[in-house]
Amino acid sequence: MRADLEIIQQWIAPGGHVLDLGCGDGTLLDYLQRERQITGYGLEINPDHITECMTKGVAVIEQNLDTQGLSNFDDDSFDTVLMTQALQAVRRPDIVLDEMMRLGREGIVTFPNFAYWRLRWYLMWQGRMPESETLPHKWYNTPNIHLCTFRDFEALCHQKNFRICNRMVVDGEHQDRWLSRLWPNMLGQIAIYRITRGD
Amino acid sequence: MPDTLPSDSVGLVTPETLHFDEPLALACGQTLNSWDLVVETYGTLNSDRTNAVLICHALSGHHHAAGYHTMEDRKPGWWDTCIGPGKPIDTNRFFVVSLNNLGGCHGSTGPNTLNPETGELYGPDFPVVTVLDWVNSQAALANRLGIERWAAVVGGSLGGMQALQWSISYPDRIRHAVVIASTPRLTAQNIAFNEVARRAITSDIDFHQGRYYEHNTVPRSGLMLARMVGHITYLSDASMGEKFGRELRDQAYQFGYDAEFQVESYLRYQGERFSETFDANTYLLMTRALDYFDPAYESGNDLVKALEKAHCEFLVVSFSTDWRFTPARSEELVNAMMAARRKVSYAEIDAPWGHDAFLIPTPRYSAVFSAYMGRVAREVGA
Repeated sequence: MRADLEIIQQWIAPGGHVLDLGCGDGTLLDYLQRERQITGYGLEINPDHITECMTKGVAVIEQNLDTQGLSNFDDDSFDTVLMTQALQAVRRPDIVLDEMMRLGREGIVTFPNFAYWRLRWYLMWQGRMPESETLPHKWYNTPNIHLCTFRDFEALCHQKNFRICNRMVVDGEHQDRWLSRLWPNMLGQIAIYRITRGD
Repeated sequence: MPDTLPSDSVGLVTPETLHFDEPLALACGQTLNSWDLVVETYGTLNSDRTNAVLICHALSGHHHAAGYHTMEDRKPGWWDTCIGPGKPIDTNRFFVVSLNNLGGCHGSTGPNTLNPETGELYGPDFPVVTVLDWVNSQAALANRLGIERWAAVVGGSLGGMQALQWSISYPDRIRHAVVIASTPRLTAQNIAFNEVARRAITSDIDFHQGRYYEHNTVPRSGLMLARMVGHITYLSDASMGEKFGRELRDQAYQFGYDAEFQVESYLRYQGERFSETFDANTYLLMTRALDYFDPAYESGNDLVKALEKAHCEFLVVSFSTDWRFTPARSEELVNAMMAARRKVSYAEIDAPWGHDAFLIPTPRYSAVFSAYMGRVAREVGA
């Protein structure tokens, strides 16, 4: 099993109602359905991924976060709203986060850390936009239009009065390393945050 | 006419007429005491009787959904693109049942059949039936075939409405509802188009208040006009533009009012052909069934509440250029299903053909349909 799924599933209450924003081929929801007996939906726009979800028996809805938003969902309609590796690719991550916190009791977000030391190193020595295994695209064709660092994200959560319940910092293989825990914003590649409304 | 039948065809099929002597109470208050349904089946019912799929037809459809009746047939059944060996509704796995609905004009009891109580054709006296009435008759059909629970009820347009009605009216007798290019209710614009179609028929001098059989005539021009206006709503601006543009039949304008543009002659041809094969009273009845369809009505106009009665899983599919039942209508349905916490998947297929796209297999439509039905088949052990 993928390491990030292992981490995320610990945070999902059995039998919960879950919304996965950008659910990909449905691997996570499929896993949560079988192992955690959750119900819920994945939102996706990639046609091949949508078909793969249907093959797996994952309830998938073709819906574009950027153009359609999430206004079709009522307040507090989910226990958990998930968004793995998609926050950096949406047009307005701040609005999507607001919506996640409106729809769900809890949000789980994962994204790549732009302050990871290798990326800093790349920019410093090459003077060009960093590329890595996690961020393999060129600056002009990358879907990742809103990259941020862990500190940026936490500052935004603070500003919005969201409470960070858990943070796991992992490497590209989603492994938890003691070094990245020591100095996450420098040594962590991907973070998995669990957040709730602060009030 | 095919010399040999394509390998992905269900082949030669023979319709069967099933007679029912059980009273069917209709929404309008009347009762049909004795009625017939014409049915075709494809594939084999498994020993557990779990692999049955019901196909519900749209406005002008009928029981002949797939295969050929004779080797001389020019065309296969109306949904042959989606039903057959290896097709989305795979007849190697599913037992497929397709019928002509009550009120139709292809053999099932309807305006152009004999009323056993009078010995005369029903004509305009055939009761106005609704989607719920059809679903009730289809449940009787399921009983007759020994099918306790459908693996899936599948339909496009008006057929999708029947699948939706099944999910609400018989929640324990259906595992999956596949609702394609459909809507939870007609809009004012939809009803308006239906009204134009009906007025075209009823104002035809040959209509005779629906008793045209007695006058040995049919309201051909009215039916033709109804079909012409309907047909426009099934296509898209883009697909008509692509197919006809402003192309003329002759080189230059004739400065008259005959069919000069290709699109005019196409519509006239389609309308004429339709008026020779379809019954005007059935057309009135089908459009009315469309108008009346509103499963939320009985739940205080609350579609979410209506859908909370359903137990099945849903697949909803819309088409980008469908302006008759737009993707927004499907999304309204999907949102209500999600609010009711029903399991639903939804895809909007990019296709240029307007409402008719549900009959035309594009790679993505086939992929989505096949993926979903493949999973249904695995679930029922087919």
